[in-house]
Amino acid sequence: MKQIIFAIALLITLGVFAFTITRIIKYFKFTKANFPIRDLGKRFGVMMDVAFGQTKIFRRPVIGFLHAIVFWGFCVILIGSIEMVIDGLFGTERALGVLGGFYDFITASGDIFAFLIAISISVFLIRRLFLHIKRFEGIEMKKKSHQDANVALTMILLLMISLLGMNAGYVALKNIEQEEIKGLFPVGSILAGLFGINEHSVSLWHEIFWWMHILLIFIFANILPYSKHFHVFLSVPNTFLTRLEPLGKLTNMDDITKEVKMMLDPNMAFAAPAEGEEMPAPSRFGVKDVEDVSWKNYFDSLTCTECGRCTSMCPANTTGKRLSPRKIMMDLRARMKEKGPLMVKNGKEYSDGKSYVHDYITDEEIWACTTCNACAKECPVNINHPTLIVDLRRYLVMEESSAPGGLKTMFSNIENNGAPWQYSFEDRLLWADNLERNIN
Amino acid sequence: METKKIEIPVMADLFARGEKPEFLFWVGCAGAFDDRYKKVTRAFAKILDYLGTSYAVLGPEESCTGDPARRAGNEMLYQMQALQNIEILKNYEVKKIITICPHCYNIFKNEYPDLGGNYEVINYVQFLDKAIAEGKIKLDEKALNGTRIVYHDPCYLGRANDIYAEPRSILKKLTPNFVEHERSKSFALCCGAGGAQMFKEAENGNKEVFIERTEQLLETNPNIIATACPFCMTMMTDGLKYKNRNEDVKNYDIVELIVQVLNL
Repeated sequence: MKQIIFAIALLITLGVFAFTITRIIKYFKFTKANFPIRDLGKRFGVMMDVAFGQTKIFRRPVIGFLHAIVFWGFCVILIGSIEMVIDGLFGTERALGVLGGFYDFITASGDIFAFLIAISISVFLIRRLFLHIKRFEGIEMKKKSHQDANVALTMILLLMISLLGMNAGYVALKNIEQEEIKGLFPVGSILAGLFGINEHSVSLWHEIFWWMHILLIFIFANILPYSKHFHVFLSVPNTFLTRLEPLGKLTNMDDITKEVKMMLDPNMAFAAPAEGEEMPAPSRFGVKDVEDVSWKNYFDSLTCTECGRCTSMCPANTTGKRLSPRKIMMDLRARMKEKGPLMVKNGKEYSDGKSYVHDYITDEEIWACTTCNACAKECPVNINHPTLIVDLRRYLVMEESSAPGGLKTMFSNIENNGAPWQYSFEDRLLWADNLERNIN
Repeated sequence: METKKIEIPVMADLFARGEKPEFLFWVGCAGAFDDRYKKVTRAFAKILDYLGTSYAVLGPEESCTGDPARRAGNEMLYQMQALQNIEILKNYEVKKIITICPHCYNIFKNEYPDLGGNYEVINYVQFLDKAIAEGKIKLDEKALNGTRIVYHDPCYLGRANDIYAEPRSILKKLTPNFVEHERSKSFALCCGAGGAQMFKEAENGNKEVFIERTEQLLETNPNIIATACPFCMTMMTDGLKYKNRNEDVKNYDIVELIVQVLNL
């Protein structure tokens, strides 16, 4: 009976999850190609460093340490969860117990981590609920963002409480039954005393905690893709899919290169296109809406957990400007959530009269960026905001001919005299006039 | 004291004589036109002469790399500039480029290769640090004893290209009183001028970025704010004026400090 109920619960969980992921994959199909996934060894290294080593989260050492505990703990506890699925399906008890010494290690560290995670999560909840942390505020942080965070943290706390309850119940039960305990449970053994010695009630409590823990995992897994905590699934792959270029490098627009080469070479301009080579339909320059972003931009936006470290380091934002790198990511995700279903229904060309530029991200935000890369450097999961911001600028400049006055002057200066200021080519050596040096 | 007149070698003249210099010294627009920053260009040219480096500048044939246009979203204008520059560099068979401006450095190093412009690109702080390490430049380590120097990391050397060590190694040789602000290296706050901000008014906010950055650096009680970028220099110099601290705190480029100590 227990096995059947469990199998049904598991099937529902996997079914809902598959439905969600299929929908998201459809949205990805609207996005553009980006860099090819090569250098797998290097990518693996970045993933080990940034995700499993938590190196970027440690840029804020204290709170970073608490997060690292949660991350590393999750990795260990995941093994326990897999065991629970095996036990649930096959009616076994602690099936991985056959692993012997290694099992002792997994269970002991999982047990201790559960306790440490509960403490860390409590600190996170206290920070969010009672302390005024500037980085959790901002125009992009709506009520829903705060609710999302609090729901996820509460669920993790309940997951840890149920896990500790389950471990304690297991130890208490085995003690009463005088049977061998598979695995080691340092915290569970201490808590086991709380359960008393009534075999029936201990067994019942163990059962309650077991079901509570696994059902919470099932529910949690299906809430995550609809909340900012999708990052639990996507952070590790996002670090693997990191843009490996130096932060200072922007992506070349090859369409433009073709055009410029034609302009610079008159012979090319009049040459007929080669046999079988058709002129491709001109695509939009830069990013106006979600169908113009790359798959990586969209992946970034789904991975973002709204921690706000990017925004807290942004020179524009910290001096009171409207730009917030976090908002660039959150709005991309929100806009896809709005337009994605419409495009699924009516085709990619469908327009609802709105766009990511203007309706979500204002020109004022786009022009405030100094491309200093503090946001990208700070992001614990290697999201890259500045390349997307420049793509938004590319749309404004090349499709709408729109830019602040000072920049338009700069453009025409470069066009006319090859310098951003109004100076002539002939004056380029004036700096060297009457230059002499001492001979020591 | 004896002085020597420095003639800046120009690529076209050298080529006419059949000479080929080892390096192209890319002066950059700020290096050629910004009154304050021209002094930095002059200082670096003195060092090149002092070291007897084989180099030349393009002079009137130099043109903007296209960096501000590109970062302001004008990819078309950037590529026009870049492809024309690459053509000129090809004519002169340029292999190695030294830049003083970090923005020129970044674009040559990271972005011109996409358009077929491949060079060995050296930023002047790397060049200077190497010359010091090789003993070609000998600094009296007590020369600036008692002078507190704080360094402002330019974004396009630091985060963009991970060049943090060289400027620090140079400054630590100039003074035993080198100080760091907690917002330094990859944590450094931008001066506010990058991404073409230099050429436009700032958006509405409650403060200018350059003032915020100047205030941060002043917390370290420096005598000198050392910079390594023309735009940072404009911003820090303005910031010191704005805070009325331009009398007691000076803003110098790293190479100006070296020239001072070498008394060139």
